[in-house]
Amino acid sequence: MALDNSMNKALDSIGPKLFESVNLNKKFHAWMAFLTIMLLICLYAYYTQLRDGLGVAGIRDYVSWGMYISSFVFFVASSLVGMLISAVVGLSGQKWVIPLTRIAEIIAVAFAAVAGLVIVSDMGRPDRLPYVFMYGRFSSPILWDVTVVTTYMLISLLLLYVTLIPDLALGEKYLSWRPKLLIKAYNLLSLGWRGTEEEQKILNRAIKTLLILIVPVALAIHTVTSWLFAVNPRAGWDSTIFGPYFVSGAFVAGLSCLFIAMYFFLKNYKMEEYLTPNVFDKIAKLMVLVSLVYIYFNLNEFLVPGYKLKKFEAVHLKQLFVGHHAAMFWLVQIGGLIIPTMLLLLKSIRKPFPMLLIGVVMLLGSWFKRYLIVVPVQEHPYLPIQHVPEMFKFYTPTLIEVLITIGPLIMVLMIISVLAKLVPIIPVWETAHTSIDTENGK
Amino acid sequence: MDKNKEKSRREFLVDLGILGLGSFAFGTALFSGYKFEKSKSGQTVKLLTIDGKVVEVDSLLIREVNRDMLTELQERGRKGIPNKSWVMVIDLSKCRNARKCISACQNAHHLKPEQYHINTLQMQDTERTAPYHMPKPCQHCDNPPCVAVCPVDATFKRSDGIVLIDNERCIGCRFCIAACPYSARSFNWFDPKDAELAENTTYDVELNVPQKKGTITKCLFSADKLRKGELPYCVSACPNGVFYFGDENEDAVTNGTTKETVRLSKLLADNGAFQLMVELGTKPRVFYLPPKNRIFPYTENQEGIDS
Repeated sequence: MALDNSMNKALDSIGPKLFESVNLNKKFHAWMAFLTIMLLICLYAYYTQLRDGLGVAGIRDYVSWGMYISSFVFFVASSLVGMLISAVVGLSGQKWVIPLTRIAEIIAVAFAAVAGLVIVSDMGRPDRLPYVFMYGRFSSPILWDVTVVTTYMLISLLLLYVTLIPDLALGEKYLSWRPKLLIKAYNLLSLGWRGTEEEQKILNRAIKTLLILIVPVALAIHTVTSWLFAVNPRAGWDSTIFGPYFVSGAFVAGLSCLFIAMYFFLKNYKMEEYLTPNVFDKIAKLMVLVSLVYIYFNLNEFLVPGYKLKKFEAVHLKQLFVGHHAAMFWLVQIGGLIIPTMLLLLKSIRKPFPMLLIGVVMLLGSWFKRYLIVVPVQEHPYLPIQHVPEMFKFYTPTLIEVLITIGPLIMVLMIISVLAKLVPIIPVWETAHTSIDTENGK
Repeated sequence: MDKNKEKSRREFLVDLGILGLGSFAFGTALFSGYKFEKSKSGQTVKLLTIDGKVVEVDSLLIREVNRDMLTELQERGRKGIPNKSWVMVIDLSKCRNARKCISACQNAHHLKPEQYHINTLQMQDTERTAPYHMPKPCQHCDNPPCVAVCPVDATFKRSDGIVLIDNERCIGCRFCIAACPYSARSFNWFDPKDAELAENTTYDVELNVPQKKGTITKCLFSADKLRKGELPYCVSACPNGVFYFGDENEDAVTNGTTKETVRLSKLLADNGAFQLMVELGTKPRVFYLPPKNRIFPYTENQEGIDS
């Protein structure tokens, strides 16, 4: 490697430690075995759906989008964290965010990659998936969604890979104790990176281009996902603020994923040196910011129609505020959003363990929030629901449906787990580079 | 010597190849010649064309179209009937929830009891207004929200105003169900009714039979009946004269019960006709005559009555 002395020194001081996690231990095998068994159960549930029809789920003619679609929206939402951390925070020159960039990108890639499968699980005829490409009509927001989600997935993957290149070149040095095949793969994927000035210049330019490119694409995926609902003339979906409302909510969902992942890597990978109290403090403050924006959009979304109480909006809001879905609604809005946000204002809460708990609560809140956006609207169409079996009137998910919904979540966990074992979870080269820059007072 | 031997062997192989190809070509030519001679008998066959004419065709010119029957029906189904613009008028003052329209429709389209192309709803606009029965088919909107959102062109608007669904194309995403403000669409959540019976039937877009698991089904204005110049199933099944059906271009609609044909514009004007949820900009093709001067008093009958 054509690196100067100070860089070599900086790398040697952090490299061995950060590459330590690139190792498949017993714990990892046990974890993956557990996930595999769970996934097989979920796949069996999906097999029964393929065999018997979509009716094994609780969805029917009126509430025809249920947990699958709610979960799809949640997946797309969570994947936005990659863009938030790397692009929005990273591009603004915040150095504290460097140890989080790779974790965020891995989360983004995992959720974006599996989101497509979630949609397939909701299709009555998954065998006709190619028709979307053969006969696609661009007037349908589904086409827009397919296009932007795929684009976002590819850019996120590229971003993850490009920022990895210098680290991959370090594999030979720090992974000599690992199987030859892994080192070979590292060398191959590093594309012969040597770290010369010119290489660095090209790399930085490529990263910058991707970071700028990913901002509009990320905004597009969740805006378009919100339009799957907002384009329909239905009370409760017929809203002009759905795009920003969804995007701000997506940041909350994604950051709660990041909270959980950060705690996990801090404890299991012993990353105290990198995931410092300062990083936790800063990311918690970022969560407060995005939550406040989300609360602001919630206020608009419910207060404005609630003030007018037009006939069908009134029915919908009544169901949410005091009716069938009231318990879930208030739990999600107050317990899953407002209280955690207020708690994060306290310095004593902006610590790893309390943030883990808050992350779990807000993540659950985010999932059920999507359920509340998708399901209740359909229970109250403009014309009355009559002469149909009771189960058509109110949606109750079935066990099979719950399992099929959990399946993709397990896949996300698997992708994150595997990636976190294949590459150093903290960017090694960039961290070393930044430490030199700080020393030199740049 | 060795080289020569090898060369000669190669030559031999080449010769063998040429011989083989030659004899194959000759054989093929002989066979097709035989086939041609055999069918060149100059015989003619009487055939019935799709538009109902009997024609005589040389048996040589006959091509099997069985394979393409589906494609043909799909193509025809997408075009619509030329120069027609179908409309329905529903007279709410005559409906007493006999539900004959529903059973006729469900029989024709192989639907389960909970699957409606047309449903009769018990309506009450506000607490202080009178209740009434309202048959509700697909409104066959001229600005259909369901067609706009379909990702694969499975549901489409025809030149004669009908909105149809091609269940050989439908991927079962149910975006159209989400988009339709009239709740006019139904889904085959499981194997459809009489799935085995209809297995060998060629799918007809205009009848939507056989129904298919995992696809949408909806009111078709009985496009298959219209093709034959007959009234829709629901229209002719009604015992109470609720339905009028006809062509907007001719400005004429026919009552399904009395078979009386009246001027559409006059019927709408004289009775103060209205349409459902026009404020959504859907431009429905179904008109309603208000439930005034009712023939039958309103009863809460849910099961339907024998007339």
